[in-house]
Amino acid sequence: MSILINKNTRLIVQGITGRDGRFHAEKMKAYGTQVVGGTSPGKGGTSIHELPVFNTVYEAVEQTAANTSIIFVPARFAADSIMEAADAGIQLIICITEGIPTLDVIKAHHFVREHGATLIGPNCPGLVTPDESLVGILPGHIFKKGHVGVLSRSGTLTYEVVYHLSAAGMGQSTAVGMGGDPVVGLYFRDLLERFENDPETHSIVMIGEIGGNAEELAAEYIRNHVTKPVVAFIAGQSAPPGKQMGHAGAIISSGSGTAAEKIAALEAAGVRVAKEPGEIPQLLS
Amino acid sequence: MKIHEYQAKKFFSSYGIPVERHKLCANTEEAVAAWKEFQPKKIVVKAQVLAGGRGKAGGIKLAQNETEVRTNATSILGMKIKGYVVKKILISEAVDIESEYYISFIIDRNTKSVLLMMSSDGGMDIETVAKNTPNRIYKFSIDPLIGLPDYLARKYAFLFFNEISQVNQLAAILQNLYRLFLEKDASLTEINPLIRTHAGQLIAIDAKMAFDDNALFRHPDVITLFEPTPEEKTETEAKEKGFSYVHLDGNIGCMVNGAGLAMATMDMIKLYGGQPANFLDIGGSSNPQKVINAMKLLLSDKQVKVVLINIFGGITRCDDVASGLIVAFDELKTMVPIVVRLTGTNEKEGRELLKGTRLLSAETMSEATHLAVKSSGQIL
Repeated sequence: MSILINKNTRLIVQGITGRDGRFHAEKMKAYGTQVVGGTSPGKGGTSIHELPVFNTVYEAVEQTAANTSIIFVPARFAADSIMEAADAGIQLIICITEGIPTLDVIKAHHFVREHGATLIGPNCPGLVTPDESLVGILPGHIFKKGHVGVLSRSGTLTYEVVYHLSAAGMGQSTAVGMGGDPVVGLYFRDLLERFENDPETHSIVMIGEIGGNAEELAAEYIRNHVTKPVVAFIAGQSAPPGKQMGHAGAIISSGSGTAAEKIAALEAAGVRVAKEPGEIPQLLS
Repeated sequence: MKIHEYQAKKFFSSYGIPVERHKLCANTEEAVAAWKEFQPKKIVVKAQVLAGGRGKAGGIKLAQNETEVRTNATSILGMKIKGYVVKKILISEAVDIESEYYISFIIDRNTKSVLLMMSSDGGMDIETVAKNTPNRIYKFSIDPLIGLPDYLARKYAFLFFNEISQVNQLAAILQNLYRLFLEKDASLTEINPLIRTHAGQLIAIDAKMAFDDNALFRHPDVITLFEPTPEEKTETEAKEKGFSYVHLDGNIGCMVNGAGLAMATMDMIKLYGGQPANFLDIGGSSNPQKVINAMKLLLSDKQVKVVLINIFGGITRCDDVASGLIVAFDELKTMVPIVVRLTGTNEKEGRELLKGTRLLSAETMSEATHLAVKSSGQIL
């Protein structure tokens, strides 16, 4: 078991004819993900890496029975792509694109929810269930099959943490990059719940950062609903207030959203918080 | 991106939100002329800076006669508020205030929607109200698929007023402020305070707006209002080259791929006793030209005594990154010590390539940080 994706995941790539879509379609296929096709309006009927390209997601779903989609479409069209996927019956939508206007994401997210689908991202690296399915831009070789559930607001910081976990012999059930924007789909609470209910996950690593109060809400949720051990790391302890640190969502505004507040809330909920990424395996064992 | 009160009031006016009579002035003579033109008993002189807390800093003052207008305008112009020099002031007609309210729309991360916040504790610092008396703030999530229809706007307006004429005024203000938020891709539209005069009229006597940077491409009218500080200018230039850069005050320059890892790198420098000079995320690829541009940016800060490069290769091959670094540093010819940490695909080959160059190679983030902090101390 795992969460969200497994060997039965049937994936299409929206924006497969673009540079990133093409590159990562091949990488995901090589990892063993069941990539069944892609879309690019106007290029239907062609193929990329022996994968059929369709004009619309509707057609792709009909022809390939895809249930999951990954989006590499440019920012100004990406929210539209999210809605198309949901309307075409895709269950799980992963949006990699960075820089989508927040109000577009809000609208797309509500649309996805009304259609009973699930959104991960935008501005995220995707997710992986090691040895089964990788949907995203994550480097597959650093992951190892195992029992640690990983959830994170970041990309390369997740790789750093996973690298330490794998080196210490601690494989992962599923690792999810939730995205660095202020508004994204699945978040801490949703994923903590899924990991808590997943029998293959024995412990959880959560990687947060400055901005918003999702980590504080997660701490509250952990206190009341999570029985598995949780270790956390919060990035941005040295970040100045009022400055956006790369991610659109990583900003301390009006004195709230600081790393110190998040760490205090997590520790109060019994979560062990690592001082540096390399300390995480030790805190887990 | 933030704008000034006078600019926000212009948006308010064009969206039918009532504001008091006001005039933007750049010097004392203009202020006096505005006062004469208005001919009210009282006016308010307000500093126009892109920072909050203007009142506390002495940037908002009442004036009742020409001498007071002159004195206050002179003292406020040129004063510094949170690092911003006051170059312009707003001369506003002082209105008679019976009661004050707080109204805003913001992006709410948790409900993933636009949030309407309302309080009858207007004119106060809303963060303080939220902290001390959270029950005095109403919060309503707006469903993006229906927006703010009449019945909802009316329902919310009835929370503050019983008289239908005022309910209708407030409902219209709520709807217009929401429309402004949507149509300009704002991240904040705030009125604090919205006041009721003794005659029962509602007026926005302050106006605050901020915009979603991701949506600026579709709002050329908003982009023209951007007034960057020197620091923001550097940050904007960096953005155009594909970097995220934030200047800090330390002496260890950092170059990292990925925002989360870049923050963690800064944190570790501090944890190990050093001081980061900046946040710099160079993004996914790390081709030589990008490294050269990033290094030029780092080295333009004369405080920088050592540079720490932390690259988690991921899909990019570390030997490619290493070759790129070597090419870049051949061209740069800097004498500043450089510590490089490469991890990911072909990391051994990458480190092998760096041997014999003047780049100090480290295997882990911890080792690299130690090295960098040590080097920064030795030079100082």
